[in-house]
Amino acid sequence: MASEHEHHILKSIDAEQHRLEGELLDMGEMAVAQLEAALDVIDRRDDRAAERIIANDEAIDALENEISQDVMKLATGGPLARDLRYILTALRTASDIERVGDYAANLAKRSMALNKAPPLPVSHVTGLTSLGRLAVRQMRDVLRAYRDSDLVLAQQVRDNDVELDLRYTSLFRELLTYMMEDPRNITPCTHLLFMAKNLERIGDHATNIAEGIWYSEQGQHNPLPPRVKGDESNTAG
Amino acid sequence: MNDARSILKPAVANATQAAPAAAPKLAARDLDFYYGKFHALKNITLEIPEKRVTALIGPSGCGKSTLLRIFNRIYALYPGMEAKGEVLLDGENILDPKYSMNLLRSKVGMVFQKPVPFPMTIYDNVAYGIRHHEKLSKPDMNDRVELALRQGALWDEVKDKLGQNALGLSGGQQQRLCIARAVALRPEVLLLDEPTSALDPISTSRIEQLVEELKQDFTIAIVTHNMQQAARVSDYTAFMYLGDLIEHDTTSNIFSAPSQKQTEDYITGRFG
Repeated sequence: MASEHEHHILKSIDAEQHRLEGELLDMGEMAVAQLEAALDVIDRRDDRAAERIIANDEAIDALENEISQDVMKLATGGPLARDLRYILTALRTASDIERVGDYAANLAKRSMALNKAPPLPVSHVTGLTSLGRLAVRQMRDVLRAYRDSDLVLAQQVRDNDVELDLRYTSLFRELLTYMMEDPRNITPCTHLLFMAKNLERIGDHATNIAEGIWYSEQGQHNPLPPRVKGDESNTAG
Repeated sequence: MNDARSILKPAVANATQAAPAAAPKLAARDLDFYYGKFHALKNITLEIPEKRVTALIGPSGCGKSTLLRIFNRIYALYPGMEAKGEVLLDGENILDPKYSMNLLRSKVGMVFQKPVPFPMTIYDNVAYGIRHHEKLSKPDMNDRVELALRQGALWDEVKDKLGQNALGLSGGQQQRLCIARAVALRPEVLLLDEPTSALDPISTSRIEQLVEELKQDFTIAIVTHNMQQAARVSDYTAFMYLGDLIEHDTTSNIFSAPSQKQTEDYITGRFG
């Protein structure tokens, strides 16, 4: 993300920033892989695979720790301007990615709860998996925008979040209908609701990361325009 | 005052400048400076707001110390130097040969990179300058010396050894003595030329704390090579490069997101 600018006279700063960027991208890749795996186990009703996903979350947390230490190392050198914005953004991005990893683990956990009941009709789950695919795409795009300092793509990710919100709202309504139709649906559909909410939150973290890229590249003087929000589940009923 | 302020608006926008909120105490207007044939400052227009700290930063040879030296006309000591344009102190042009040098030096005090105490007692270091400007009774002089040493944050460390030679003080103490000596004359503007570059971190913190306190009463311009120091102590920062003023803005803007690429390359240590 910092690579396209002139190099620092002190070469170790470039090397440390490069290392930090590599760790962030690795961490992001791990979180997205976890998310994809979680969506897969929901489909396949595979408890053992779900357990592996839950266990893997530790590795993401460990990488976040390493990133904190690398930021600390760079911070002791007294970075300013672009360099200062860069490490602030790295720290925030790492914590956003860490949350995405947590949500992936949560999805896996709830898939195990779902597996305790007989399989739901396919129609009940497809809404969730398509929401999940959208969340994966948002995360992949924002990580690419981060790697390439691509402000246009970052803006797109931020704009696309409204689509995720709208789909979440519509899935929310759909699940409420299933619950009203048959009270036996209440337990599994409640799990699905929480899972949908997790996916919607992942979209918010992708948006945060996109805004971080903008801030890191542009500073605070050139803020992004206000964002349209599409999550209306708080008024749905 | 209002008239003066409207005059002080930069005529040429060759540098990006955010108009300081506070009233200007000191202002360079279309200032050019030559060391013989060398054009050291190029059309500088810059306001130093009253009772604020303005940091001048830039690579060696960019003209920041030269600018500081023009503010109290120290350059007049050397032949072959020429200043064109205006430097206004409270609206009066101090470059005008009719402007009294004595008055200027009493209004504008200066502290240098290396502490230069006079080889005399601590007390006399402070009293020396006052005696040149004012006739005071012994008790009044004692009060003035104490006040200056307190303002220099040195009193508690030297009150029991005022008769000792100042050269026996530590580097940090000597620098604070020099600041006390400068403020003893009750100047309105204090010019600090890399005042902590020869000091350890503790002495540096003491001087920085002192600068923070002194801006209650004085207008301060500080030249520093330490970017973090400029970020810590100044309200406004001016970045100079090869005799040009590149950018002048609030310190928080300069160090978080400067608008000029040259500024950013310099403060982040990149090849320009």
